[in-house]
Amino acid sequence: MKITVDMVEKVAALGRLEYSAEENETLTRQLDGILTYVEKLNELDTTGVEPTSHVLPISNVFRDDVPRPSLSQDDALGNAPDRAGEFYRVPKIIE
Amino acid sequence: MKFETVIGLEVHAQLKTKSKIFCGCSTQFGSAPNSQTCQVCIGMPGVLPVLNRTAIEYIVKTGLAMNCRISPYSRFARKNYFYPDLPKGYQISQYELPVCEGGHVEFMVDGQLKKVGLTRIHLEEDAGKNLHEGIKDASHVDLNRTGVPLMEIVSEPDIRTPEEAAEYMRKLRTILRYIDVCDGNMEEGSLRCDANVSIRPVGQKEFGTRAELKNMNSFKNVAKAIEYEIRRQTQLIEDGGRVIQETRLWDANQGITISMRGKEEAHDYRYFPDPDLVPIEVSSSWLEEIRGTLPELPDAKKDRFVSQYGIPEYDAMVLTESRQMADYYERTAALSQPKLASNWIMGDVMRELKNDGAEIEDCPLTPENLSGMLKLIEDNTISGKIAKTVFEEIYRSGKTAEDVVREKGLVQITDDGAIIKVIEEVMAANPDKVADYRSGKDKLFGFFVGQVMKASGGKANPAKVNDLLREKLS
Repeated sequence: MKITVDMVEKVAALGRLEYSAEENETLTRQLDGILTYVEKLNELDTTGVEPTSHVLPISNVFRDDVPRPSLSQDDALGNAPDRAGEFYRVPKIIE
Repeated sequence: MKFETVIGLEVHAQLKTKSKIFCGCSTQFGSAPNSQTCQVCIGMPGVLPVLNRTAIEYIVKTGLAMNCRISPYSRFARKNYFYPDLPKGYQISQYELPVCEGGHVEFMVDGQLKKVGLTRIHLEEDAGKNLHEGIKDASHVDLNRTGVPLMEIVSEPDIRTPEEAAEYMRKLRTILRYIDVCDGNMEEGSLRCDANVSIRPVGQKEFGTRAELKNMNSFKNVAKAIEYEIRRQTQLIEDGGRVIQETRLWDANQGITISMRGKEEAHDYRYFPDPDLVPIEVSSSWLEEIRGTLPELPDAKKDRFVSQYGIPEYDAMVLTESRQMADYYERTAALSQPKLASNWIMGDVMRELKNDGAEIEDCPLTPENLSGMLKLIEDNTISGKIAKTVFEEIYRSGKTAEDVVREKGLVQITDDGAIIKVIEEVMAANPDKVADYRSGKDKLFGFFVGQVMKASGGKANPAKVNDLLREKLS
């Protein structure tokens, strides 16, 4: 699959990434190169093979339903760029 | 043109676990903002989510109660999008391979049995809460709810009217409360509903373009929002317009739905299996173990009430709406006449509960004391009318009906002589009415019954009053 400038723009928009037009060209070229390289795998016949989502043969890792102490409000909010009292403060979401 | 409405509901039910789905933070409602979060649920780098076993047991229980196929193998996926209430930048949900597939729920609408198919039920984590009102130039975020376990119950587009939608919701709530996996509190958001609504000309096979309605926090609002949306879409099409696929918010104050602009137009969630969480395998032995924890379900209980107690289907349905109500009824019916018990519970007891805004589990009148009173009615110690007075006395006080009847001298008068004495007094006081009655004014009979009952303080046995009056007046 050929990676185009438009595709990179779309993915970048979904990921909220900002960069220059020059960088877009570089990224497009690089991404295309990477995918072409990985494309090699498509030469393998995988008929009848279930797609792998997890590489380790492990299932059912659980914890018991027991509450544990949480972070303090100050610790939780400590890394936030902005806070208002007990809340995170973010740009207005709804007009 | 005649239109038909097609509705599918996505119901989010909060599971009643004590801790969150992937970490040990408490799920307690109403705590101070951002006091129930940790590195896992607010998405700090390098942390690993670990699944709460009880969450899986609850969703399997729900799937069994709603006739679903339980997947022997299922897994979690990441749903990617940006919003301030989603600290990780993705929601852990399920995409392919949900825990439950298929299934159906049955309920009554206008006396007709309606069956709605389920597409799937999957597990996911809740997002945080955004606050906008009264804040200038900013929004505030509380992440306590982030990571609280939710089940999303997705229906097939089998629903056709707003009433069916509301009844479907009610039935889901009843089942969820029976199996004790969700408290069903819509106001606190433990049960939330999104509705996909579209209309199409009657006879057309293809679905029309749908709008997704959000923000309906009561059964009544679910029905009202859908009603409004049907009118809006019908009007739009009749005026030559087109429905566009969009999310619309229900505004309960204005009674309208409003387009939710600003939300990402084309959803592109880029789901992929979450590498941090290993798959879930529900073995048949685990499945049977969970099946063993299921209580008698509402439909089965309703049928049993009809056959065991001989009460009408409608009564049985009302009495089995909650497990606690059904238990209350059964304890009362075990000690007194079942039909009498259902009449009093559905009438007076439910009225008192409603006035107090209370649930049956808070009812101050015990089934033992209620049946004590019903027995006095059955053996004619008190009349149904006097029973109303006794009921008022015993409902809150904890006194027994026998004590109240004795204290207040409310024992019914069944002695012929005593009743005749009252009748004669009434006749003597109303000679002209007696003459009128005897000259053919039959309607006056009711007047005499009323007078006799009044003169006896309501204590005379009504059947005897009728018989003896007829005899004396003839």
